[in-house]
Amino acid sequence: MEAEQALVRVCGLNKRYARRGERRGSPGIQALADVDLEVARGATLALVGQSGSGKSTLARCLARLEEPTSGQIWFEGVDLLALRGRRLRPFRERVQLILQDSAAALDPRLSAVEIVAEPLDILGRGGKRERRGRAWELMETVGLPSAWGERRPRELSGGQRQRLAIARALAVLPRMLILDEAFSGLDASIQAQIAGLLQELRGRHGLTYLYVSHDLALMARLAREVAVMFEGRIVERDSVERLFADPRHPHTRALIAAVPSWPAPAAKPPVP
Amino acid sequence: MPALLEIRDLVIHYDAGKGAPVVAVDELSLDVEDGEVVGLLGESGCGKTTLLLAVLGLLPPPARVMRGSIRFRGRELLALGDFDLRRVRGAEISIVFQEPTLALNPVRRVGSQVAEVVRAHRQSSGLRGREEASSMLAEVGFTEVDRIYDAYPHELSGGQRQRVVFAQALACRPALVLADEPTASLDSTTQAELRGLLSALQSRFGLALLLVSHDLGALAALARRVLVMYAGRLVEAGTPVQVFHDPLHPYSRGLLRAFPRAAASAVSPEQGLPEPIPGSPPDLARLPPGCAFEPRCPDRQLACAERPPQEVRPADNRRVRCFTYGG
Amino acid sequence: MAGPGRETAGALAVARIARRALHGFLLLVGVSLLSFVLVELAPGDYFAEMRLDPRISEATVRGLRARYGLDRPLPQRYLSWLASLARGELGYSFAYGGPVGPLLWPRARNTVLLTATATALAWLLAVPLGVWWATLRGGPVAHGLAGLTAFLLAVPDLVLALGLLLLAVRTGWFPTGGMVSLGHEQMSWGAQVKDVASHLALPVTALVLGLLPVLVRYVRASVADALHAPFVRAARAHGIPERRVLFRHALPAAANPLISLFGLSLAGLLSMSLLVEVVMSWPGLGPLLLEAIQARDFHLVLGPVLVSTVLLVGGNLLADLLLLAADPRIRAEEK
Repeated sequence: MEAEQALVRVCGLNKRYARRGERRGSPGIQALADVDLEVARGATLALVGQSGSGKSTLARCLARLEEPTSGQIWFEGVDLLALRGRRLRPFRERVQLILQDSAAALDPRLSAVEIVAEPLDILGRGGKRERRGRAWELMETVGLPSAWGERRPRELSGGQRQRLAIARALAVLPRMLILDEAFSGLDASIQAQIAGLLQELRGRHGLTYLYVSHDLALMARLAREVAVMFEGRIVERDSVERLFADPRHPHTRALIAAVPSWPAPAAKPPVP
Repeated sequence: MPALLEIRDLVIHYDAGKGAPVVAVDELSLDVEDGEVVGLLGESGCGKTTLLLAVLGLLPPPARVMRGSIRFRGRELLALGDFDLRRVRGAEISIVFQEPTLALNPVRRVGSQVAEVVRAHRQSSGLRGREEASSMLAEVGFTEVDRIYDAYPHELSGGQRQRVVFAQALACRPALVLADEPTASLDSTTQAELRGLLSALQSRFGLALLLVSHDLGALAALARRVLVMYAGRLVEAGTPVQVFHDPLHPYSRGLLRAFPRAAASAVSPEQGLPEPIPGSPPDLARLPPGCAFEPRCPDRQLACAERPPQEVRPADNRRVRCFTYGG
Repeated sequence: MAGPGRETAGALAVARIARRALHGFLLLVGVSLLSFVLVELAPGDYFAEMRLDPRISEATVRGLRARYGLDRPLPQRYLSWLASLARGELGYSFAYGGPVGPLLWPRARNTVLLTATATALAWLLAVPLGVWWATLRGGPVAHGLAGLTAFLLAVPDLVLALGLLLLAVRTGWFPTGGMVSLGHEQMSWGAQVKDVASHLALPVTALVLGLLPVLVRYVRASVADALHAPFVRAARAHGIPERRVLFRHALPAAANPLISLFGLSLAGLLSMSLLVEVVMSWPGLGPLLLEAIQARDFHLVLGPVLVSTVLLVGGNLLADLLLLAADPRIRAEEK
């Protein structure tokens, strides 16, 4: 895949954390080891792995929340690691991060509509009335009724908070959303609702999604491709069908084996 | 022959301050037999955790049992005072909470936390307590028992911590274990390991298990019966095969379709996107006068909005609360 | 995931203490320098009063100043003061006409006696009271305690001290000043102890009344928080008796912030007692410092300041050690 076509391209990414109290030069923890990755425009890719596999670290490096120790990241052909400070701003509009249980990511003092409007306020796009109007629109888009607009995050349920986080992310018209364990802690039907919402938004706005999760079963439903991470490396990457049909790496097989199974529902509802 | 645990027509309210109280559990009845695994399936707010806490008298103050009965080995637990309840807790009925990280005291070694449970009930000396705790740590799968005994919670992984919590729960060989999403907060491979461990422990000790879980695989593998709860009520009950393969209640059907199934032959994501249940979760403070699920039900009829359905038994060991089947 | 080696734990603790001690020492140097400069910058010196007296000539004053080295440049005076510090003299007091050291130690001892007693008593009262209050969960007693602590917090220490003095005068139960009665040296050892104790009672009470409300509230908040922790609920769920839950689970978990507070309270020992010592004529560092400031007795001012800093560093170090011992997570962070 040529660099111009790929939305994100990662080359030889390394991230090492020093252990506290250790002197420099000591090995520390290698969170990412020589990671290569490409994400095409419009793709849905899931990074799947256990805790400590490096998937969250990779996502955070891609979102430029962390600095990798070495390696390169290109976004839309631009060398991302060379950008700093104000020059990073345009990138921040293009890539948005949604985290697990946004309770921590949402300012508890702001009301819901203020949270959605905040990125617009920061960017200073349009007058205050316009920004508020847009915020209300976005809330409607994600299925949050206007009655909830004045509530604080702690009055909202987990699913509603995630919707809010998505609305806020959409405010800046991003190209890509990174969802880091965004479904953990939500009930199954709420997960399904959010998944449906994301699907619809992707179609409408032409978004690219990068999911990070340890839940392979859910990821197999949401993403077209899965990259399996283990000990800081991507050990296998394939479409969902091929991955399940022919898993090559032992860790992939272990993850698939860990997926629970239960009797499938009958095709038609039973006649009472 | 009475069941090990018999809950009859249990009603639990939360005092919400001004206005009507929130009905957390509404006329719930269920049995758990000796050595039987009963699964409880439901989403947040359905009352499952409240139910477990009520059995052991651990309901936090705004919640109160209004009426109903909880009998364990024939004894009415709701009538027991705190002193007697304490003798039951941990010794005859144990509870395993979600989030093992939070269930262990961070400044004490894990071994002593297991031994403490033994000492609270057995009046054993310090050494005996340690022995029993160590043997239980071995039972839950630790090989380097001495090292684990002296470890602090933060030195263990999530899966290891949950094993310690299991050890605490089983230290006094209770007859019944109440498990509230015991594997929920863990990695998928760890969840699979612990599912296996739970199964092994259940058969090894002949435990009765009331397993609250959204891990359908665990329920399918372990449970003899599965109960589905919605808005504080029991809406369906049956064997796992019955409930998962032939769900009767519209909520059960909707819920099962919302779980992502990843079979070996996965279909493409667009077809297989989990289906949400239309509408939003019930507001327990403002339940409709009829069936609680009615606003979201694809099969609703006029009667559904007027009064709540009664429970019926369309087949042996099958229970459902829906007008479609009578009630 | 391996646990820490027990052998290295001790070594790490020593390393940590050594680091802290070094920081403390540097802090002392910094404080001494800063205090020296600040006192110097303050207008006037010991002989300022004299200059106002028309009977003493300007030349005499200048001569006096030269004799005591007050006209030498600042860095030189600082260094000679440091040298004196090293000798244990801590400089020269003009008012008393001798080295500061011998003046300081008995006073410092008295201050420590007073404040250590008050701190110990305050904590010994605050912990059970706070724990008990935390278990009350509302009700009239809890509200009463809240009101009482709020009241004590609001009343200025000065008013408390004066109030106690008034009480002493009216009832005659306690001596109203000083540390010893007349004829103290002639008493038997037992009687001497009783004598000091009776003089101690009032200032200690004043200090305890000032400290207690803050401590009790902190203890209550800490313990109440710990009582809501999930592992406390889990302990109850295992049938652990409530008393054990409180003392072996909630309290150790609540100890962390309290230990830091303890270190801080040690650090503030001198400043806390200054007012009380002056009002109740307790012969500690407080009245000495006040005198010295008023007389602009340069080195005598610096002495208590340094002592206070030593107490600060010592207090923090102690708190650090206690935290290390109490919380294994902090020990692990050092790895």
